[in-house]
Amino acid sequence: MQSLTNRAKQVERKPMTLWEKMYLLSITKGMSITFGHIFKKKPTINYPEKERPFSPVFRGLHVLNRDEEGRERCTACGLCALACPAEAITMEAAERLPGEENLYKEEKYAARYEINMLRCIFCGFCEDACPKDAIYLSETFAPSNYSREKFIYGKNELLIPDPKTDPEAYAKAKGNK
Amino acid sequence: MAEEQKKLFKVTIDNITIEVEPGTSILNAARKIGGDIVPPAMCYYTRLKGSGGKCRTCLVEVAAGSTADPRPMPKLVASCRTNVMDGMVVKNITSDKVIDARNGIVEFLLINHPLDCPICDQAGECHLQDLSYEHGLEGTRYEFPRRIFEKHDLGPYIQLHMTRCILCFRCVYVADQLTEKREHGILDRGDHSEIATYIKKSLDHDFIGNVIDVCPVGALTDRTFRFKNRVWFTKPVDAHRECNNPKCCGKVTLWYRGEEVFRVTARKDQWGEVDDWICNECRFEKKLTSDWVIEGPTMVNRHSVIAQGHYVGVEKPQEVLYDVLDGRKPRLFMDIHKISEVNEPGRDLSKIEGPAHSTDFVEHKNK
Repeated sequence: MQSLTNRAKQVERKPMTLWEKMYLLSITKGMSITFGHIFKKKPTINYPEKERPFSPVFRGLHVLNRDEEGRERCTACGLCALACPAEAITMEAAERLPGEENLYKEEKYAARYEINMLRCIFCGFCEDACPKDAIYLSETFAPSNYSREKFIYGKNELLIPDPKTDPEAYAKAKGNK
Repeated sequence: MAEEQKKLFKVTIDNITIEVEPGTSILNAARKIGGDIVPPAMCYYTRLKGSGGKCRTCLVEVAAGSTADPRPMPKLVASCRTNVMDGMVVKNITSDKVIDARNGIVEFLLINHPLDCPICDQAGECHLQDLSYEHGLEGTRYEFPRRIFEKHDLGPYIQLHMTRCILCFRCVYVADQLTEKREHGILDRGDHSEIATYIKKSLDHDFIGNVIDVCPVGALTDRTFRFKNRVWFTKPVDAHRECNNPKCCGKVTLWYRGEEVFRVTARKDQWGEVDDWICNECRFEKKLTSDWVIEGPTMVNRHSVIAQGHYVGVEKPQEVLYDVLDGRKPRLFMDIHKISEVNEPGRDLSKIEGPAHSTDFVEHKNK
């Protein structure tokens, strides 16, 4: 058979000598590599205690943003749902009633907003599409869970804490974005 | 004499020659050719007598007036109000002057326009949106506070956002020509001018709903559809019914979302103009599939955002699970309606009169 490359090597099938059969040299060679790694720098970290810094372009769990006065920015324009290649986002809009001006920034808002995290592929198109700076992908992972039902994220899970009543949690959720 | 009447005028628009009847406007001659060379029109409406000549977006350059007098017209002319002459040479997109002027017009139209497209129900089928997408600047050079009006409810069905209005007068012509007595018109002058009913009077005429269809922007919108859904998530379907109103044609487009009819509009042609007027009963009160005879899906231009998610000629793969499982149904791991709060089976947004409010959304039982 003609070989595809000229790098093929014929395997030697000589019987081993007594010295080779004792494997002493091979064991020493192997162990030296093993013990050598003890003195090298560890590439792993102890995850829950220590955390790696995220890349600034990391795309994690979605956050629905509020403005400085704590009003929801989302106006349920549907552009995130339109841009979503996985069709993970759904919403229902409602009109702001008089007296709700401190809750919602615009006259229309998302009464229901849901992201199906089982469908989401974390591409970040929703963040690109949003004209109101209302949704962005934060530097956190979507936590694991035992049931599928827990992966339907509603406004309770997505909305950022109010910067007026809870500025610490707001800053933490906002991260570096 | 009779032979002279039959004589067609030869007109050249952007190097394309067409023969049209005398008395045709340049805009309509261009529409006969079709394609990119048709000037945009925000105020002209074929079915409304006297409309046109107000928005100036359809300006074209006339390079040669006619065979008899081939001098060019000194200024750009409004193509919707200028009739063709024999041997006329018109430049639309081939003229830098026209493009420049149109960019300027769009900038003027957008001076006071709030550009609240994310909120506006017209977004996706708005002519001003298309126009500014094509001709608009990225930013604005206007430094002064924009003209802002209070929201009016024109009756229970029509919402007026005067801030978005570009004063095209189409709705005034509809009120004038379709209803016996006009109750709304334009008040004040210049920057203050606004569409209004006297003392916010309710308009109750059978055909007043048509102002929603003719409005090129989101100034007049359907209150029964207000904020219910985005047009590009709804599916347009042609339908008709026997309407008792003799003047109503009963031919409409139904805008479906799932099984619900969210909106009823008149059928529109490729220029965004209605084929025929429909009455208020058809438009606002018949929102059940059983009220209508469905004809089939509406043809939507595939470049329109409304065409998103409408797949034509799709062949679904054959479902093999039933055969493999000996007719048993595959186990459903999650019923989305059990957990999802959106599109709950018990709550029909289309049946709420006017826009939904926080009171229409009760807290979910499972959460």
